[in-house]
Amino acid sequence: MPADFISSLFVFILSAFLGFEVIKRVSPLLHTPLMSLTNALDAIVVVAAIIIAGRHESRLSTILGLVAVAASFSNMVGGFVITDRMLHMFKTGKAKKP
Amino acid sequence: MTGFMTQQLIDSTYILAAVGFILALKWLSSPVSAMRGVLIGEIASALAVAATLFDPQVSQYKWIIIALIIGAGVGVPLGLVKMTAVPQRTAISHAFGALSAALIGIAEYYVAAPNVPKFEMAEIGLEVIIGSLTFTGSLIAAGKLQEILPQRPITFRGQNYVSLSVLGAALALMVTLVVHPELTHLFLIMVGVALVFGMMLVTPIGGADMPTVISLLNSYAGFSAALLGFVLNSKVLVVAGALDGASGFILSVNMCKAMNRSFTNVLFGGFGQIHVSAAGAVEQRPVKSATPEEAAAILSAASKVVIVPGYGMAVAQAQHKVRELYDILTKRGIDVKFAIHPVAGRMPGHMNVLLAEADIPYDKLLDMDEINGEFPQTDVALIIGANDVTNPAARTDSTSPIFGMPILDVDKAHTVMVIKRSMAAGFAGIDNPLYYLDKTLMLFGDAKGFVGSIVRELSGGGNHG
Repeated sequence: MPADFISSLFVFILSAFLGFEVIKRVSPLLHTPLMSLTNALDAIVVVAAIIIAGRHESRLSTILGLVAVAASFSNMVGGFVITDRMLHMFKTGKAKKP
Repeated sequence: MTGFMTQQLIDSTYILAAVGFILALKWLSSPVSAMRGVLIGEIASALAVAATLFDPQVSQYKWIIIALIIGAGVGVPLGLVKMTAVPQRTAISHAFGALSAALIGIAEYYVAAPNVPKFEMAEIGLEVIIGSLTFTGSLIAAGKLQEILPQRPITFRGQNYVSLSVLGAALALMVTLVVHPELTHLFLIMVGVALVFGMMLVTPIGGADMPTVISLLNSYAGFSAALLGFVLNSKVLVVAGALDGASGFILSVNMCKAMNRSFTNVLFGGFGQIHVSAAGAVEQRPVKSATPEEAAAILSAASKVVIVPGYGMAVAQAQHKVRELYDILTKRGIDVKFAIHPVAGRMPGHMNVLLAEADIPYDKLLDMDEINGEFPQTDVALIIGANDVTNPAARTDSTSPIFGMPILDVDKAHTVMVIKRSMAAGFAGIDNPLYYLDKTLMLFGDAKGFVGSIVRELSGGGNHG
């Protein structure tokens, strides 16, 4: 097995474990914002898309990369916008502005 | 070398971004710190994107900037959809996420072909298969949620065997490619087969199972991004993908537990068959019904009311009327709370978002485990558009298809009122014995209209004299 694979696996297992521990504590109240936030974070795929599109290795890879840039960046922007909107709606009775 | 320094700087930014992602999720644990979590997530993502633009491998910016602008142009409207449309928006974003992961994998393959090392080929193959099936699966889910496609399960005889054969075919093509990575046309066929499998995976699943399906697709989208991180040796993708995958997985397990069903049962159709047999067994029994006036009188005499919202409330767009009812009752000193079943609605947390949008304080929205102990002291349980999650047969009748599913114990309240269009059975086609109890009053009508009439009664009644 390549060394890169081992180190990636290492990172993957630790992150997944950390993810389980952290996400278990998210209140069910916020499960919808949780999903939209993880979607936005997952859109970090855009950095790989930028590299692929920017390398210009072939016409095909550039076009696929550019489509991936648009698709993942729309997720990043849209995911943060909607998470932000949803969280603004969650107010306690007391915190409500008179 | 400046290039070397830049690469180190970029990598450091990615490490910071990964830390930011973890903090973002950690701070989502409570509504108080959640806004901070979103902010750190935004900063982390923006830093990572900005750093990548300085990567020496990126040579031409024009088209990348255009693609980013198009992405933002699509993303902003998708971020501004109405709260009732959040489930389908979420499905669309799973589709986009999976699409970009799959496209990058495909590009990587065609750049490397025909000399792809076996191990890398297996990684790419698996990544592209998961990305592709998640893409079409999520589109079908979005179509069902938007009601472009029928919400009912679409099944045919021997379907599971056909679906599994299609998946098997995709995997077989992948294995062939590992041995013969130069067969570039096979790669394209593999992508096509995976796309078809994604459709076959979600088409047979009914609307009420959407919370599980959306969570599962979330998890797949995350894992495809993580696998892409393996392919590209990009640790920040591995971290983000693992977090997203873990989150989707936890939600899927939660949803399955809340329906007392297994993954295989949801994916390979459990309710499709039961549907028919149970629906046939429904017999006509007498129920008690009440008018808005009577319902208003009972509510105003109560001191503790628990409202149980379900998908029917979302369909009728009744949440704002429900808020008016909440305001009036609260003003009279009546204690009003909301009982939220984990699978109420079409995605995890759906009801909470709709009620929060209608300005109901979140400390009044209680989880099933928190509220169930309170039903015996509750004067009125008012059910709006929920059915199976209140069915006491799940607790008592071992022959019921939903036996063992955790439910809201509304039947323990002193009086139960159910707003419902008609006596038609719920999604699962299962009769609900709750409706025939002595303490139960059926309020027949549209959720929004009926709650509106109750509100009118309570807020004056003057019109009626």
